[in-house]
Amino acid sequence: MNKLKIVLNGIIRNNPTFVLVLGMCPTLGTTTSAANGMGMGLATMSVLIMSNFFISLIKNIVPDKVRIPAFIVVIASFVTVIQMLMQAFVPDLYATLGVFIPLIVVNCIILGRAEAFASKNSPFDSLLDGLGIGLGFTLSLTTIGSVREILGSGAIFGYSLGIADKMPLIFVLAPGAFMVLGYLMVLFNKFVKK
Amino acid sequence: MANKLIVAPAPHVQSDRSTALIMRDVVIALIPALAVSTYVFGVDVLFVTAVSVLACVLFEYLIQKFLVGGALTINNWSAVVTGVLLAFNLPASIPWWIVVIGALVSIGIAKMTFGGIGKNPFNPALVGRVFLLLAYPVQMTSFPTVEGCDALSGATMLAAVKQGAVGFDALGIQNLLIGTMPGSMGEVAALALLLGFVYLLWRKVITWHIPVTILGTMAVFAFLVALTRGGGALLWQMPLFHVLAGGALLGSIYMATDYSSSPMTVKGGVIFAFGIGVITMLIRLWGAYPEGMSFAILIMNSVVPLINKYVKPKRFGVK
Repeated sequence: MNKLKIVLNGIIRNNPTFVLVLGMCPTLGTTTSAANGMGMGLATMSVLIMSNFFISLIKNIVPDKVRIPAFIVVIASFVTVIQMLMQAFVPDLYATLGVFIPLIVVNCIILGRAEAFASKNSPFDSLLDGLGIGLGFTLSLTTIGSVREILGSGAIFGYSLGIADKMPLIFVLAPGAFMVLGYLMVLFNKFVKK
Repeated sequence: MANKLIVAPAPHVQSDRSTALIMRDVVIALIPALAVSTYVFGVDVLFVTAVSVLACVLFEYLIQKFLVGGALTINNWSAVVTGVLLAFNLPASIPWWIVVIGALVSIGIAKMTFGGIGKNPFNPALVGRVFLLLAYPVQMTSFPTVEGCDALSGATMLAAVKQGAVGFDALGIQNLLIGTMPGSMGEVAALALLLGFVYLLWRKVITWHIPVTILGTMAVFAFLVALTRGGGALLWQMPLFHVLAGGALLGSIYMATDYSSSPMTVKGGVIFAFGIGVITMLIRLWGAYPEGMSFAILIMNSVVPLINKYVKPKRFGVK
């Protein structure tokens, strides 16, 4: 399979947020600002790349019946690594994302890719798939976060645009997440995916 | 002779009533309340209503023309009704650009996204109102003061009573009936809204079941709570207050009866209305907001498909 195609596939045709509609809990919960969305996306991407690679390496020695627990052990190890790294180097982001970081363990994108891709393909292809899907997730979350931050608090990546007091606050609240996600999904499927 | 027997497929009952006619009746029924509101809050009321109606019609036109296509439906007055009802849910002092955003949400998100008139699961004007309430909490809850209600200093009766600032009897019954008290533009004028209700009943635009069930449920609920709080004068003050204050009349007569977002059968409508009454009272007495009518109607709107599924009229001839 064309290597570049695997990566692009994850960003556009199999975009985890707008096409596969996986991982909705972190998508709705963490995208209150562009930086938070991007942080969540990057954390998930790091776990995804490594878990995809390692699961692909061990796919032939893990018996079929226990593959899901085995995959989860691998995923949970990497999540713990990422969690500790984030706590050490980006404590602010770690505090904001809170429970959503440990919850990456049960993120359905990661287990989904392990099942659907890594357990059937070569380690290098799996790594590329993790990169593609991870980038797709990061880009989607950053986009949703940016739109919500601009509309809800009149800022982008923390830089105020000077219109904060006129912006509808609802977009940084939970209902705004659903609205922005819905309309971005419409736009993505109409213009980007074709 | 031969023409006396007309063989034709259904529908056999025909009428000249059209959507435009029904919607125009709703607008006519709202005019008394608009007049009283203008008397209470001044010409700002007319300005806000005009902005809201124009924005709603304009957004419906633009969305149909450039985004979704299909036949234009701005002639059927439904956007006008949404515009008037949205304006009635806002304070008279609201800045005009917030009204325009509310109109965009009502028409764009609540109505056209779901396919336009007849397909919206939620009442468009209420979606606009709740959106604005969460988006601009300060502007949406600053009401202009009304002469003779100095004790309230711009808070609605419901808010003032909930905070414990005043009692149920802070305003005379005539204030509650006529509407000389702070509040959203269209909700204060109880008598004018009831006049509109009678007009709608006479024109057979709505039936009495939904509004009467909502108000009855609220009154009984308030009566029972009053019993637990010692009784006495509360027994009649509290039910009367909860029916007349806030958006109970406006919501139950004009919003809960919206055709596309209320159940299809009378029995379903009564269940729907009972739910609205109970949820409104729960929010008013123990919730975070002083008024729960709009939330209650939207919550019950979301249950309507379920009600329609389980409350079906019995087919003719089936046991």
